[in-house]
Amino acid sequence: MSVRRASYLVAAAALAGLAALAFGLGRYPISVPELFTLLGAKLTGSEHALSSTAETVILQVRGPRVLAAMVVGAALAAAGTAYQGMFRNPLVSPDILGVSTGAALGAVLAIFLSLGILMTQAFAFAGGLLAVGLVYAVGSRLRGHDPLLALVLTGVVIGTLLGSAIALLKYLADPYNELPAITFWLLGSLAAITPRDLASATPAALAGLLPLLLLRWRVNLLALPDDEARALGVDTRRLRVVVVACATLMTAAAVAVSGIIGWVGLLIPHAARLLVGPDFGRLLPLAMLMGAAFMLAVDTLGRTAASIEIPPGVLTALIGTPFFLWLFAVARRTW
Amino acid sequence: MLAVESLGFGFPGRAVGREVTFGLADGEVMCVLGPNGGGKTTLFRTLLGLLEPQEGEVRLEGRPLGAYARQAIARRIGYVPQGHAGQFAYTVREVVLMGRTAHLGAFAAPGRADREVAERALALLGLETLAERPITQVSGGERQLALVARALAQEPRLLVMDEPTASLDFGNQVRILRRIRALSEHGISVLFSTHDPDHAFLAADRALLLAEGRMIALGTPKDVIRPDTLARMYGVEVEVVPLAGGGHTCLPAMTG
Repeated sequence: MSVRRASYLVAAAALAGLAALAFGLGRYPISVPELFTLLGAKLTGSEHALSSTAETVILQVRGPRVLAAMVVGAALAAAGTAYQGMFRNPLVSPDILGVSTGAALGAVLAIFLSLGILMTQAFAFAGGLLAVGLVYAVGSRLRGHDPLLALVLTGVVIGTLLGSAIALLKYLADPYNELPAITFWLLGSLAAITPRDLASATPAALAGLLPLLLLRWRVNLLALPDDEARALGVDTRRLRVVVVACATLMTAAAVAVSGIIGWVGLLIPHAARLLVGPDFGRLLPLAMLMGAAFMLAVDTLGRTAASIEIPPGVLTALIGTPFFLWLFAVARRTW
Repeated sequence: MLAVESLGFGFPGRAVGREVTFGLADGEVMCVLGPNGGGKTTLFRTLLGLLEPQEGEVRLEGRPLGAYARQAIARRIGYVPQGHAGQFAYTVREVVLMGRTAHLGAFAAPGRADREVAERALALLGLETLAERPITQVSGGERQLALVARALAQEPRLLVMDEPTASLDFGNQVRILRRIRALSEHGISVLFSTHDPDHAFLAADRALLLAEGRMIALGTPKDVIRPDTLARMYGVEVEVVPLAGGGHTCLPAMTG
């Protein structure tokens, strides 16, 4: 019990600390008192003594970016937690199931057609749903194979297929306007986040989260064989559709503003499960806290460690790849 | 409680059994015997509403099974499947708590009363000391007991158990058979399958003999478990020996 409670406290404290750090670090340093002075002044509507540069940095530049990192990290971690429980498989995640690539394809198509952020999100959602449906339909029909391997390999193959569709769109895109936008966005980055992006991603992520929170007990039963879950009174088909839709919506909300940032959805739910066990109601909040903290750390490191920005996807891959290999090699008894 | 009428069952495109007819009264214990591949598990899945009947009908408390919602069936029929480990390290207590799902609203998590029911089920099967162990790290027999506890936590009127004694040691086999008798005394009906005809003698009011999806015999164990029916089902010569206390045991011939 104490390990569980400590996990939440440590994750929440780390997130708060990282947020303060992320606001402060950068070319124009902001101290914690300055941050609170400004936020206090804004809340009460009173005057403050900070320069207008400081105000712009906090409210227009760093604020949206810090919040977006937290929303994206929490959404990807929550989606990964849901996919892992639902596919009875601790190795699946939005990127491995091809959801991220599918969402990326949808988003790239929207950019290609010069559509706005809301349409980009809708396309990302449709693309993600299509990808996960395709992977599951094909993967579960490959009988005579280890189902875990079948699902993972199908995800990789479908992901490659969707990736080539993205390549085709890049080839066709206008090289002066659309192509740079697509390329930059595919790299995965929070550098160009605007308050408007944040305002559209957050409600979509919350809309995906709310049903998962409400259904937190039932989602556990999806980890059982289908027959058993149904014999225990769960309409598994309907529940599965709801959970996939929610997780895909959260992935799409994240992907539509940040581009593809891999590994968070695999790494974080796993680490959280090691701390509090597989119960979805306990796991989901911790995974979201840890996902938000992880993403914030990675993004802050990426924009401050070197003179140029390191895309966060690069850093998550540097951490995620060895972790995944370790999982495959030794971790079977730990989940 | 349960009425099965000319039931044909199987998978889409493949019939497994047909013309199965029997009734199960409140508190009655029925044992289903049959060779491997004889259709026991498929029959049970059909009785649980997990497979559609191909012909005939299953009636639960007088109404066709198809008229019940999934959750309504789960409040009446508990299911003990053949054991498996699963992928995730839920604790034994959490697994048993999952039995309460049928009594919860869609958005609810188990409350205090549900936890008490689960604790009682754990205690009935002697699992208290294992409650916090991950289900992936207990023995096959302990896992089987946990699945029985989970079905008891469902508080069903009928318990369907698919080879509940299969992976258990001798002591736990006896404990399960005693638990079956005790449930029956509380008015709960039990339908279980086994590979050991002696278990039918020990625990069942009636036995249903099933081979190649057809009923070979239905009646009290004493009447239907005979050398000829056993030979027909299993293809081996068996002697049914009356015991001093009024029971019977099956003794296979070791030559021939």
